[in-house]
Amino acid sequence: MSANYILRRLFWAIPTLIGVAILVFVLVRVVPGDPIAMMLPPGATAEDVGRLRALYGLDAPIPKQFVAWMGDVLRGNFGTSISLREGVVRLVMSRLPATLELVIVAVAVACAFAALAAVGAVYFRGRWPELVVDGLSGLVLAIPDFLWGLLFVLVLGVLLPVLPISGRIDPTLDFNPATGFYLAEALLRLRWDAFADLMKHILLPALALALPLAAALTRVLKGSLIDAMNQDYVTLVRVKGYSRARILWRVALRNALIPTVTLTGVQFSFLIGGTVLIEYIFSYPGIGNLAIAAVNQRDLPLIQGLVLTFAVLFILTNLLVDMAYSILNPRVRQS
Amino acid sequence: MSTLLAIRDLDLTLGSKPPVRLLRRVSLQVEPGQIVGLVGESGAGKTMVSRVVLGIAPANARVTHGSVAFAARDITHLSEAQRRPLLGREIAFIPQNPMTALNPVERIGPQITDVLRMHLDLGRTDAQDRALALLREVHLREPQRILRQHPHELSGGMRQRVLIAIAFACKPKLVIADEPTTALDVTVQKQILQLIRELQRNSGTAILFITHDLGVVAKLCDHVVVMHGGRVLESAAAARLFENPTHAYTRALFAATPRFDRPADELKPIPAALTQQLNEEARVLDARDA
Ligand SMILES: Nc1ncnc2c1ncn2[C@@H]1O[C@H](COP(=O)(O)OP(=O)(O)OP(=O)(O)O)[C@@H](O)[C@H]1O
Ligand SMILES: [Mg+2]
Repeated sequence: MSANYILRRLFWAIPTLIGVAILVFVLVRVVPGDPIAMMLPPGATAEDVGRLRALYGLDAPIPKQFVAWMGDVLRGNFGTSISLREGVVRLVMSRLPATLELVIVAVAVACAFAALAAVGAVYFRGRWPELVVDGLSGLVLAIPDFLWGLLFVLVLGVLLPVLPISGRIDPTLDFNPATGFYLAEALLRLRWDAFADLMKHILLPALALALPLAAALTRVLKGSLIDAMNQDYVTLVRVKGYSRARILWRVALRNALIPTVTLTGVQFSFLIGGTVLIEYIFSYPGIGNLAIAAVNQRDLPLIQGLVLTFAVLFILTNLLVDMAYSILNPRVRQS
Repeated sequence: MSTLLAIRDLDLTLGSKPPVRLLRRVSLQVEPGQIVGLVGESGAGKTMVSRVVLGIAPANARVTHGSVAFAARDITHLSEAQRRPLLGREIAFIPQNPMTALNPVERIGPQITDVLRMHLDLGRTDAQDRALALLREVHLREPQRILRQHPHELSGGMRQRVLIAIAFACKPKLVIADEPTTALDVTVQKQILQLIRELQRNSGTAILFITHDLGVVAKLCDHVVVMHGGRVLESAAAARLFENPTHAYTRALFAATPRFDRPADELKPIPAALTQQLNEEARVLDARDA
């Protein structure tokens, strides 16, 4: 995949983002709920409300508001959060790393689970491990991520409290990260105590997000592996004297990843969407949790900024999936 | 020297209720350095014979009678792990379709060096050098470049040369070639046959050559085995067989084969009555052996 192609993809993301911006801008103004009313103490006069409306530019007609907002956005100014009274960009940027770390850990966990389960099931084809993998993946697939989250909170937080079920890090820990990427920083600075604590906190939310993805990946990967095992190139390595394990890991898996990425690409985007509820359930300080707070407060500038951030994440995820596909498939890579 | 490959009275049976007999008391021998042609119509069981030798018969097929011996060692019922040191090392394989036989996501280099490193314990650079030499031996130009290419960047003929290089890489005692030219253009077919002949002469490797093409057999083989319906009908030295075929089916097969000295309109299809008679015989044999 060429740099040219990537640039083209990013360019075509612009109309998508403008469409998303218009949609969310209009929607948050049409649905019931008034941000100003939420800010003011009970008993505020209609006059007070009107003054605040004018202050936040909410008194103008929607098209005019949109043009003003869009002009600001193009200059990099996403406005100020009404409820938190802080710049939207600063707020989002301070929370985004937490969400990115959560998503990356969840994807890594899901991929590792899926690879082990699918390869194991195909290695023991027709015997009990295959049945276990088929049964479990079907069960896990039937339960959505937020239910896993609630289940973990209930079982591991309340009945059997071995892992923390809220927050990102133990606040009493003496760890002062310079960036928002706590996990990465703990790792780079070899702060194993902080790393262990961060992992403990991220484990359950990441697992809740990862499980449905892992199950979907396992299913598709297993089918692709079985297909690959029937191909001529596998017959050839068999008669070259490869062991079954080596065939699966070194030959079939690489080939099976190509259809798997094609068929499951969209699931990776679902995972991004899943962060909203999962972060809320685990009080994890990412942009998903921030989004719920913003909606509760009818914080229009913040909602708009967050929705655009999510849209960018979706677009980047799709681009990454396509890049993974072209890296895995030498035919595409070279054309 | 003792016989290299000795297949004796081999039965291969598929499933159990009712069992389907894929091979019926098949016997054939390959002497060291010999080229043996295995001919017969589609469905005769030629590929099945090779798959039993290579240990890759269909999962639900079982050897129910007879034996396969390689270099005086019984290999009929070896486990996968026991057979592995032989495969690619002592017995190698040239597949029918070069377009699908190479791993599409791996470069050519590692697909040649893997057998060298696995079976001959060569280091990375030694294996690399040997792979280059092998590509030269199969007359591929720019071997350096080919090692870095992926299969889809090579033509069918080039890929078949690579597969032949892989087969001969560890100087095996026996190469099984299952219709190695049927998937190729006519002009390329000739070159590939020439190449196999040349490598065989230089290395003294024995070849079990599976084909439909009696013309190829006449040019290439020392000995010919004719199969139909999972059984061997005739087995003879090539010269003898072409001069004086004894089995009616062999004669019919000759009559059905185009030859340069015979116009195509003189080709006779294999008589239905003969096929019917052979099938009837097979049923009688099955009743006897059941
Ligand atoms: N995987 C399989 N499972 C069950 N039966 C099979 C399988 N492959 C082939 N057969 C059957 O085994 C018989 C022999 O097939 P085989 O492939 O050995 O024939 P062949 O002589 O190699 O034919 P061709 O010239 O078409 O390659 C055929 O009747 C075929 O239907
Ligand atoms: Mg065949």
